Amino acid sequence: MTGNMKYDVIVIGAGHAGVEAGLAASRKGLKTLMLTINLDNIAFMPCNPSVGGPAKGIVVREVDALGGQMAKVIDKTHIQMRMLNTGKGPAVRALRAQADKVLYQQEMKSVLEDEPNLDILQGLVDELIIEDNEIRGVKTNIGTVYEGDAVIITTGTFLRGEIILGDLKYSSGPNHQIPSLALADQLKDLGFEIIRFKTGTPPRVNADSIDYSKTEIQPGDDVPRAFSFDKTEFILDQLPCWLTYTSATTHEIITANLHLSAMYSGVIQGTGPRYCPSIEDKVVRFNDKPRHQIFLEPEGRNTKEVYVQGLSTSMPENVQRDMVKSIPGLENARMMRAGYAIEYDALVPTQLWPTLETKKIKNLYTAGQINGTSGYEEAAGQGLIAGINAANKLLGQEELILSRTDAYIGVLIDDLVTKGTNEPYRLLTSRAEHRLLLRHDNADMRLTEIGYDHKLISEERFARFNQKKANIEAELDRLKKVRIKPNAHTQSIIEQRGGTALKDGILAADLLRRPEMDYESIMEILSEDITLKQEEYEQVEVQIKYDGYIKKSLQQVDKMKRMEDKKIPENIDYDAVNSLATEARMKLKEVKPLNIAQASRISGVNPADISILLVYIEQGNVKRTGS
Amino acid sequence: MQFETISSISTPVGEGAIAIVRLSGVDAIEIADRLYSGVKKLSEVDSHTINYGHIVDPTTNETVEEVMCAVMRAPKTYTREDIVEINCHGGIHTVNRVLQLTLNHGARMAEPGEFTKRAFLNGRVDLSQAEAVMDFIRSKTDQASKVANQQVQGRLKTYIESLRQSILNILAQVEVNIDYPEYDDVEEATTSFLLSEAKKVESEIGKLLKSSAEGRILREGLSTVIIGKPNVGKSSLLNYLIQDNKAIVTDVAGTTRDILEEYVNVNGIPLKLVDTAGIRETDDIVEKIGVERSREALKDAELILYVMNNNDELTPEDIELLETVDDKKVIGIINKLDLEQNLDTDYLESHFDIPLIKTSIINGQGVDDLENEIQRMFFDGSISSADSTYVSNNRHINLLEQAKTSIGDAISSAEIDVPVDIIQIDLIKTWELLGEVIGEDVSEQLIDKLFSQFCLGK
Repeated sequence: MTGNMKYDVIVIGAGHAGVEAGLAASRKGLKTLMLTINLDNIAFMPCNPSVGGPAKGIVVREVDALGGQMAKVIDKTHIQMRMLNTGKGPAVRALRAQADKVLYQQEMKSVLEDEPNLDILQGLVDELIIEDNEIRGVKTNIGTVYEGDAVIITTGTFLRGEIILGDLKYSSGPNHQIPSLALADQLKDLGFEIIRFKTGTPPRVNADSIDYSKTEIQPGDDVPRAFSFDKTEFILDQLPCWLTYTSATTHEIITANLHLSAMYSGVIQGTGPRYCPSIEDKVVRFNDKPRHQIFLEPEGRNTKEVYVQGLSTSMPENVQRDMVKSIPGLENARMMRAGYAIEYDALVPTQLWPTLETKKIKNLYTAGQINGTSGYEEAAGQGLIAGINAANKLLGQEELILSRTDAYIGVLIDDLVTKGTNEPYRLLTSRAEHRLLLRHDNADMRLTEIGYDHKLISEERFARFNQKKANIEAELDRLKKVRIKPNAHTQSIIEQRGGTALKDGILAADLLRRPEMDYESIMEILSEDITLKQEEYEQVEVQIKYDGYIKKSLQQVDKMKRMEDKKIPENIDYDAVNSLATEARMKLKEVKPLNIAQASRISGVNPADISILLVYIEQGNVKRTGS
Repeated sequence: MQFETISSISTPVGEGAIAIVRLSGVDAIEIADRLYSGVKKLSEVDSHTINYGHIVDPTTNETVEEVMCAVMRAPKTYTREDIVEINCHGGIHTVNRVLQLTLNHGARMAEPGEFTKRAFLNGRVDLSQAEAVMDFIRSKTDQASKVANQQVQGRLKTYIESLRQSILNILAQVEVNIDYPEYDDVEEATTSFLLSEAKKVESEIGKLLKSSAEGRILREGLSTVIIGKPNVGKSSLLNYLIQDNKAIVTDVAGTTRDILEEYVNVNGIPLKLVDTAGIRETDDIVEKIGVERSREALKDAELILYVMNNNDELTPEDIELLETVDDKKVIGIINKLDLEQNLDTDYLESHFDIPLIKTSIINGQGVDDLENEIQRMFFDGSISSADSTYVSNNRHINLLEQAKTSIGDAISSAEIDVPVDIIQIDLIKTWELLGEVIGEDVSEQLIDKLFSQFCLGK
């Protein structure tokens, strides 16, 4: 293959997974090519115009702490930002931004363009070039060959994509772009196990045609907020969203036309996500609910398109129009795009190593929706990990596998490669066993060092991070030593907050543990000015207030880490382990877990199988050292 | 290498006059010391010595058992870890209490085959035996899980399932609030809601544990009556049951071997054989105490063993008696198989829905079948003690203890107004532990519940 263009890493696709993968690889110094079907659709949001939310918002911060791009771009281009779950505990608070879709894309494209080691190129990949089960490069539909030592596929919903509207079904990528067909065929021919998933999107309407007086306003927070731990200029000029509801008429229209919905007429075969049902699904499955929420979300500052969140549908266009008009506030709405359902091919993700490399083809990685997930954030997290790992492998460095106790990204990837998924996978906070440790506020504490080790965090930022860490630790130490006296000043502040008066002196940290107290009130009692930054003293507060719970979680984490340390040799022959139960043996052969902890999470592998495996591995170790 | 400390009863349950609770691991001696009271602390005695003393429950200061404690320090032990063996004599109930005390004070219940596994991992067992070790673990586990499964059938299982269901309802409501904060269709799960629900669960778990702690079933046994006409073999059956199964030494005052009641342990199920003296003396309970009184005894009985003679014809009295008793708790025993059959078994089979066991007790034939049948009926709930929902398996008791601690933690957090999602951590733990008792895979249930109960999503 001489005379071809030669790269270290080639990324197929430039969606939310692709851009992170491409940036990570190129920033690690590797010559990287990113191929996309349409250069104008880099980091496109084909569905809702928002980034973040419960679990997902934490992923965005994790991506940032590891040196990814998503947080920085949304910080620059949002139209609204809100902290969710503020009334609940620190573990589940999450930031969510409404994005300016167009600006987001433009900003991301310009970041890619500025990256010296990264070439972005419009082109449709038709073929992977593989020799001896190892990836060598790609070939486009016009016959150009690009050699690459590693390839990352991030095709989203393009792989054999089919759009469905009523009884209409046609081959298409999202938003009526060219689908990727030849590559889909090749993956099947290579023997990859493929699943067919489905997702959908609602109609968009023109803002000028909405009667907002019939809706409720949903403003952003009035405090400046940002995802990234890097310095950001806050956007204070925010646009509101609006809340309305479906009406009885909407439900009548849907029921009367159900036979026309692709979902119910049998046109759709793919499995859709339960957490993102179409409005048809909601009306049918929860027919006792008189109305469903509809959020009207502006798609940007320079467009009048408004996303009708909650109305995802695969009804024919004329029915959609009737449905829209039956919603209070949208009686005269002018539809600009119809909603649609889309089916696409995804790989059964248990075919991947936790590095996101395929088990079948060496140096071939996949990330994002092709791995059975949904969501921009889930895609970004995987893209980043795939990019880092592809680069590290070529550089001969250790690969990065985040544990379930390190990050939501770790939970996500472990779930995928260990358990697989039978519907498009979305992160939920309840998927994490230790969500108290995986908070949005400590994402940088958890992951910045890893990002730094993998050369994606600058020296300057790392120094700032270390300073923050030191400040927090010093303050924690101090509050555990300072005694507060039960004088009139102290008692009055406690009383103001509805607490019971102190009988004796108390350590500042112990007083802070009381539910009614916060850091500010402790400083007031101590008559001191707050010198720490808010994100610093929030850490102090959380770590003191929830100390007992955090310690309990950490004990469990220790146990799991010990099991993670027990590696399973790569060449283990499960057929030689006689006493394993048949189901366990089958599952172990399929998943090929890297360590005992991962093995124990496979459904069908029970504790006895784990014990047997431990004995077997130990036997192997004894043999090796003996010989 | 020393692992965390494990504990289990290392002698077969219900057999032998001495039962041993064995501790192995890094804290074995320390844990034993928390419970042991003797001349010297176990941490101060020489290795490989046996020490006389008592096991005292540190929370109540009650003396539980008079024991001999063998202390063996690593590495010259079976597992190459510190080992303490507590030799008890007081019957199964006391041994269980000693085991529970070790579990409540820092030890973890040993998995099946775990002592042997450790022996291997610590290099005590020869490499060539690895295969045998793995087979051993497999067979021990299969056996243990079979027993454990049998023991959570029936009412206990339903009971725990309903407990888990109420926790799941709370969990789902909290999760929905977290993952879909704007979803307006479900009430915000408040701390006070959580508190009242959690207290209900705690009290239910408490009840379960109380019944097991009292060991009611183990002390009382299933009230069992052996009836039948003269000379059908009732006393042979009685004697056989007593010889074949170690009689239970009970701590109920006044019960001795040959007065009115006899205690036997059949495949781990305790039976209280009623009116045994009557059988011994007259060989005919029905005759001796009169029909009325025998009916009374039958009514109170939890298990009726109705013995018939294979060699006799079926009489109207047989039929009348069988008709008066509750089918569910009767086992028909067709004895004297060695003699010619004159009994109309077809009639019995077609008219009565009771298990029929064919025996020749004199030759010891068929008694195993009888014992297995008793076990089956007990575990599937057909026969049960007056207090039927109880836990007898140590592993289950241990899991329930942990569940109780965990729900207790949730309650104390709720009482000081900790945010619901933090309380949730302990609630989830409780729910998972209860799931372990009934052997349910918990991983996807909560998420399934979320999406089936609530209409979520954009």
